[in-house]
Amino acid sequence: MKRLILGAILAATTATASLAEAMKLAVTTSFHNSGLSDILLPQIKADTGIEVQLLVVGTGQAIRLGEAGDVDAILVHSLKAEEAFLAGGYGTHRREIMYNDFVFVGPSDDPAGIAGANSAAAALVAIADARADFVSRGDDSGTHKKELSLWSAAGVVPEGDWYKAVGAGMGASLNTAAGMGAYIMSDRASWLNFANKADQALLFAGDPVLFNQYAFLPVNPVKHPHVEAELVEKLEAWLVSDTARELINSYRINGETLFTFNAR
Amino acid sequence: MSDLLEGALQAFWLVFGRDPVLIEISLRSLRVTLTALLVACVIALPLGAYLAVRRFRLRRYVIAVLNALMGLPPVVVGLIVYVFLSRSGPLGVLGLLFTPTAMIIAQVIIIVPLIASIAHQALRELWSDYHDLLISMNASQGQRIRALLWDGRRALLTAALAGFGRGIGEVGAIMVVGGNIDHLTRVLTTAIALETGKGEFALALALGFILIAIAIGVNLAIHMLSGTEREGRW
Repeated sequence: MKRLILGAILAATTATASLAEAMKLAVTTSFHNSGLSDILLPQIKADTGIEVQLLVVGTGQAIRLGEAGDVDAILVHSLKAEEAFLAGGYGTHRREIMYNDFVFVGPSDDPAGIAGANSAAAALVAIADARADFVSRGDDSGTHKKELSLWSAAGVVPEGDWYKAVGAGMGASLNTAAGMGAYIMSDRASWLNFANKADQALLFAGDPVLFNQYAFLPVNPVKHPHVEAELVEKLEAWLVSDTARELINSYRINGETLFTFNAR
Repeated sequence: MSDLLEGALQAFWLVFGRDPVLIEISLRSLRVTLTALLVACVIALPLGAYLAVRRFRLRRYVIAVLNALMGLPPVVVGLIVYVFLSRSGPLGVLGLLFTPTAMIIAQVIIIVPLIASIAHQALRELWSDYHDLLISMNASQGQRIRALLWDGRRALLTAALAGFGRGIGEVGAIMVVGGNIDHLTRVLTTAIALETGKGEFALALALGFILIAIAIGVNLAIHMLSGTEREGRW
């Protein structure tokens, strides 16, 4: 009986161990939902031979995976959490790769009237004053943290039954907002790629505080000697290369540019 | 409502177009769950039989715990397995996290209590019929368990199929320990969760229909192979 169990486990493990030159990268849902990863990964494979295995999670979980050494590097967008990650000695360094921006999406008849707001803070104040339904990610992700910082910058404490923290990823939250006809903050890429738009529309964008910087952080091999440091280094070199610049800057949905390459 | 129709249509085209991605994730779903089922049966069926024939002090508690564990939320199992298999966990050196093996381990833990409970329930009835006969033949403990397992095989098949059903449709645990990595740990259920997240309801539904079809197919195949429900043997 033992032999059978061991055999089954062995068979299952050896089948996966045969993948050479593979590394694990934790990325945020917003990056993956944008569709950019489908463009970048095949080119990375072709140029460097590295098979990048993506773990698509929220920034909070991505950082936990990096701290535990369960992935080789992370690509996230939450400066404070990234700095804490580095301060804890879990990562070697932080390399900025690109940015996109956040937008406010809501019912197309715009009951709170945020379309004419002159800043992100004004838009949030309008939503809170109208007590219009607002869906929050509520999952400790980079987007969620950004949203909370915007509320506090606007001087509003989001509380009450109009503020719904759903505790889900970007896509699931957009589904909920579409179902309720609620306002939501999304990254532009996820919104443009989202298929179930229902009666929702992009109402507000463009305030510089809504810019969203993505950074690449390799997991520290001193702390976790098993990480594929060499592959991570190769991947980082590729991510800041001209090939990456070209692919990232030219990625468009419905003619809109989503990401701006700004690696140095 | 139109999503349902579109989903059915899309399912049809995926199946008849022999979509390579669909075939890949379907086969992986089957491989993970059937392996988990095999391992779980090897553990759970003898355990169920043992609990039926053997009287020991903690028996009542073991049975109660098994019954309670039937309702274990998969995501909790996933988290526990994750903590053990994580690089910072006690079994981290094995490097099993985010592999199909981790998914199999999680599913074994989820379905063993279910199979053992159903098996125990069925074999207990059988044991009350066989009790006097087997005792008078002076059969050993092992012989008793073997006799029960063999003569109760049809009921045990139901137990195994219930385990298969719970495993193939499970998403909470394998999402946590498998990570839904494309070409490595993505299976039907995690793909459905992913497509739902993208708002691609039709594709998610299509995959759901295919999952249901696979579950029915496996059940039929096992019934046919084991010759249940044949004429004269109701």
